[in-house]
Amino acid sequence: MAINRDAVKYTANLANIELSDEELDHFTGQLDRILAYVDKLNTLNVTNLEPTSHVLEMKNVYREDFVKKSLPASEVIKNAPDKENNLFKVPKIIDTEA
Amino acid sequence: MELNTLTGHRLIELLDKKDISPIDICNNIINKIEKAEKNLNALAHFDKENSLERCKNLSKTARRGALRGIPIFIKDNICVKDELTTCSSKILKGFKPPYNATVIEKLIGLDAVLMGKTNMDEFAFGSSTETSCYGPTRNPWDLERIPGGSSGGSAAAVSADEAIFALGSDTGGSIRQPASVCGVVGLKPTYGRVSRYGLIAFASSLDQIGPITKDVEDAAILLRAISGHDEMDSTSANIPVPDYMSGIKKSIKGLRLGIPKEYFMGGMDEEVKNSIKSAIEKLENLGAVCENTSLPHTEYAVSVYYLVATAEASSNLARFDGVQYGLRPENIKSIANMYKKTRKEGFGDEAKRRIILGTFALSSGYYDAYYLKALKVRTLIKKDFDEAFKKFDAIITPTSPTAAFKIGEKISDPLTMYLSDIFTISANLAGIPGISIPCGFTKSNLPIGLQILGKPFDEEMILRIAYNYEQNTEWHKRRPQL
Amino acid sequence: MSYEIVIGLEVHLQLNTKSKVFCGCSTDFGSAPNSQACPVCLGFPGSLPVLNRKALELGAKVAIALNCRIAEKIRFDRKNYFYPDLPKDYQISQFNQPLAQAGALNIICGETEKNIRIRRVHLEEDTGKLFHQKDSSLIDFNRSGIPLLEIVSEPDMNSPEEAYLYLTALKSILEYIDVSDCNMEEGSLRCDANISLRKKGDTALGTKTEIKNMNSFKGVKAALEYEARRQADLLENGGRINQETRLYNAEKGVTEPMRSKEEAHDYRYFPEPDLAPFDFEESFLNAIEKDMPELPEPKKNRFVKDYQLSNYDAAIMASDKGVADYFEKCADLCDNPKTAANWLMGDISAYMKDNNISIKDLSLKPAQLSGMLKMIDSGIITGKVAKTLLIEIIQTGKDPEKLVKEKGLEQISDINLLEAAINQVIAENQKSAEDFRSGKDNAVMFLVGKVMQKTKGRANPNKVNEMLREKLKGVK
Repeated sequence: MAINRDAVKYTANLANIELSDEELDHFTGQLDRILAYVDKLNTLNVTNLEPTSHVLEMKNVYREDFVKKSLPASEVIKNAPDKENNLFKVPKIIDTEA
Repeated sequence: MELNTLTGHRLIELLDKKDISPIDICNNIINKIEKAEKNLNALAHFDKENSLERCKNLSKTARRGALRGIPIFIKDNICVKDELTTCSSKILKGFKPPYNATVIEKLIGLDAVLMGKTNMDEFAFGSSTETSCYGPTRNPWDLERIPGGSSGGSAAAVSADEAIFALGSDTGGSIRQPASVCGVVGLKPTYGRVSRYGLIAFASSLDQIGPITKDVEDAAILLRAISGHDEMDSTSANIPVPDYMSGIKKSIKGLRLGIPKEYFMGGMDEEVKNSIKSAIEKLENLGAVCENTSLPHTEYAVSVYYLVATAEASSNLARFDGVQYGLRPENIKSIANMYKKTRKEGFGDEAKRRIILGTFALSSGYYDAYYLKALKVRTLIKKDFDEAFKKFDAIITPTSPTAAFKIGEKISDPLTMYLSDIFTISANLAGIPGISIPCGFTKSNLPIGLQILGKPFDEEMILRIAYNYEQNTEWHKRRPQL
Repeated sequence: MSYEIVIGLEVHLQLNTKSKVFCGCSTDFGSAPNSQACPVCLGFPGSLPVLNRKALELGAKVAIALNCRIAEKIRFDRKNYFYPDLPKDYQISQFNQPLAQAGALNIICGETEKNIRIRRVHLEEDTGKLFHQKDSSLIDFNRSGIPLLEIVSEPDMNSPEEAYLYLTALKSILEYIDVSDCNMEEGSLRCDANISLRKKGDTALGTKTEIKNMNSFKGVKAALEYEARRQADLLENGGRINQETRLYNAEKGVTEPMRSKEEAHDYRYFPEPDLAPFDFEESFLNAIEKDMPELPEPKKNRFVKDYQLSNYDAAIMASDKGVADYFEKCADLCDNPKTAANWLMGDISAYMKDNNISIKDLSLKPAQLSGMLKMIDSGIITGKVAKTLLIEIIQTGKDPEKLVKEKGLEQISDINLLEAAINQVIAENQKSAEDFRSGKDNAVMFLVGKVMQKTKGRANPNKVNEMLREKLKGVK
C-alpha cells in the first residue's frame, strides 16, 4: 500500500482540510490507487537527471526599485469577509509575538 | 442572419463595412444564450445589461482596436476587475478582484467586448466540467455528455454559438480536450507566450491561457491579441509575437510531421483512431511528409503530471483560507477552526483530493520519492520532444483517446478521469504549444479532435498546419443542433 | 555542576529598498493601514511576484561584508505554512540555495577577539502585521512583502554577553554598508535566539529552546540570561529541557512557553515556479565589491597602525561610520589623534548624549575641533578652558581661534601676572601655605586650584605649580 488512513489524515491536517471518517476512508482508497499508478516512475533510473522545475531556460528576471501606486485601502479590504477600520479581522490569535 | 453563428474574422469584415454594429452581435449572442443556456449551463456569470452597457460604451469610441467590438467570454479563473471571478468554487463566493488580468487589459485595449465568465471544473481540476460548484456544463452535441474540461464552459459556449471568442486555460489539456469533444478549435500556447498575471493559478509551471474559437483563423487572431511579454509575469518570455495571419496561409508542402507510436496504443477508441489516420492521410495529400516516431517517456506523463500539478496546486490554493476574500463560514471559534471550516465547506471533493495528494508529494519523507522524482522524469519527457523536434516541424496525435463521455461516467473514479488527459499532458510538461482542431465525428455524431504539437514559440507552425487542414475539410463547419 | 551556554542567533533584517521585494508598493514605515498593498503583496489570486533587483544587491552586499561565500545560482523556494499574517499561506524564501553561506564576524570580548561563524544568509519576504484586541485580531499588510534578509549564525556564542556583542558588531557592519535602518523598535531588525546548555567539556549539544519576541539588544541579553538560569535550574534539579519556542515577556523579565499548541512543522519547501532563477554575473558582484566601504574591523586595525590608538580606542572610533569619518578628519587636521579620540569619547560623546543627537547632527566641524586641540597642544589655552570653549563653539558656531581672542581666554604664562595672582592666593590662604611648609605636599594642589579659579582657568597649571613651590620654599 502506498498510503494509509493515518497518512491521509496527517496530510489533510497539514493542508487544513478536515475530513469526516467516511471521506477519510474514501480518499484513502482513491489516493492509494493513484499513488500505486504513479509508482511506475520507480521503474526509471533517475539518478543522474537534473529536475526540471522551469521548463523555459530563463534567468535573471527582475524589476528596478521603483515605487508604484498601491491599491486604495478601500479596494484592498473590499472583499474581506470581516473587517474593522480598513484592517482584516480574524478570530483572536492566542500568542502575541510580533 | 444569425451573427452569433459567424466567426470572428467574418464579423470583423462586416463591422468594417459598417453592415453591422457590435450591438447587433451582442443582441444575437444574448438571444442564443436565453434560448440555449438553460440546457447548456456553459456560463458561470453573465449579466445581459452589463454586457450591453459595455457594448454601448464601446460603440461611442472610434472602434479601431483589432477586435473591434467582437464579444468574448472569459473562463472563470481569469481576473476581471470588479466582476465575479470564482474559479467555479464555493470558496471564492462573491470574489470580485480589484484588478484585471494582463490578457483582459489587452482585450479591452483592442476593443473586445467582455460578456461574462464561463463555467469550469473547480479551480480547473477536472476533464469534464462536472466539478463546478454551479453544476456541470453539458456538451452541445449531446446534452447527456460532458463538454470536456476544465474549460468546458468556454468550449461549449463557442460550439453552441453562445460565444464568438472565448478564453480558456490549459494546465494538462484543459483547452484542447474540451475543444476536441465540443468540435471547436483550442490552442495552448508555449509556456511563457501569454502572461499568466491574473490567471488564478492551478499549477504555476504548467498553466497557460489560450483561445477557444470556431476556426483556426480566429484562434490566430485571438492568440495574437493576448500574447506578448509582460513585466508583471517573471515567466513571460520576451520573444516577439509574429503576425500569424500571413504565416499560416503558407502551404504545408514538404513539412515533416512526426506521428508518435505511443499515442496510438491500447485503450484508444477505434473511431478516434480511424479519424486521426484519415487526417494524417489528408495532411500527406497536402504535401506534408508524415513519419512514425517515438516519444518513449509518454507513458510516464500522467504520473509526473499528477504529482507536479497537485504539488504546485496544494501551495497555490493554501491562500483560500477565509482571511481576505471569499467564503468564511458562520460560528468560527478560532483561527484553526476558521481555516478548517472554510476549506471544508469551500472546496469540493476533487479539490480536496488534489490538495491532499500534492501536500503528500511535498511532505517530509516523500518529497524525494514523489515530487523530486517527478521533476526528474519531467526532464526525460522534455528531452523526448527536444529530440523529436530536431527531426520534425510538428507532431500529430489525437487530442483525446475518446469522444465525449457521459456525465457521471468517470466522476467517481479519479484515476480513470486522469487518464483521459493522457495525450494532452505531455505538452504542458514540456512547455510546448499545441492546438486541437475538429477532424471527424463518431457514428453517434460526436466530434473528434486532432492535436498538433509544435516547437517552443512556434505557434505559427501549428496554426499553419491546422489552417491548411481546416481549409481542405468541412468538419469545422458543422454545428450542433440545439 | 557547571554548564556551558551555547547560543545561536537568527537575525531578520528589513532591507532599505524603496519598493517591496516582489512588487512596487512603497516600504515607508508608519502609513495608514493597508494603504501600501497591491494584489501581489496581498497574495490575491492570480497575482505574480517579480524580483526587485535592489533587494538582491543589498543582500549580496551584506553577504560580502560578512565574508560569506555567495551562491552562483540563486533560487527561491516556497515555505508553506498557514498563518493569518502570511497572505498566500506560503512565504517566498530560500531553502536549498540561499544567497550566501559560510561567513564570519569578529567580536571583541574584553581583551580577546572571538570569531562567530555565519551559517547562511537568505532573502525572503516579510509578513503582514497583527494587532490583537480582546476578541479578535486585525491584520495590516503594509509590511507584507518588504525584503527581509535572514542572517543565521552558528551556535558559536557562549554567553548572553557574547550574543549582545555579536548583535552590536553585526549592527555596526550593517549600518556601515547602509542596507537597513537596523531599528529594532520599528521592527527593521528582529532577532530570535536558540539556546542550550551542556556540561563543561561535552561536545554534543543539549536540547535547545527558541526564544522570540525580544525588542532590543538589551532585551536579547536579558532574555538569554533568564533562559540560561532557567535551564540550569531545571537541569540541576534533574529536570529535562523541552524543545520548544518561548516568548520573552519584557515586563516580567521571563521567557514563557507559547500558549498555542505547536503544530508539527512540515514546511514542504519546493522551488518557486513563479520566479526565474538568478545567476550572479561577475560584473554584478564586482560592482558591489567596488562600492563596499572599509568595514569596522579593517578600519579599527588601520586606526591602531596609522594613528597609534589603543585597540580599545580604535574599536570605539571605528564602530560607527559617522564617528569614524569624523575622527579621521580631525586626526588628519591635528597632530594628536589620540587626543582627538579622547575628546570624541569624552566631552563630545557626553554632549551628544545629553542633547540626544548623533554625530551627523553635531554642528561642531572637525576643523573647529582640531583647531581647538591645536591651541591646547601649543599652550595657547588650557585643557580646562577648552571644556567650556567646546560648548561655546558648538553653540555659537564660531571658530575657536576667534572665540579665544574675543573672550581673552589665552593661557597666562606671563610670570608677572602669575606672580601677582600667586601672591594674592597665598595671602588669602595662609593656613594652606603653612600646611605645605610643614610638609603636607598635597596642600600645594589646593593652592594651584585657587590660582586657576582666580584666572578663570587661564593660568598655565604647571607653571603655577612650579612657581608656588618656589615661592613657599623661599619664604620659609
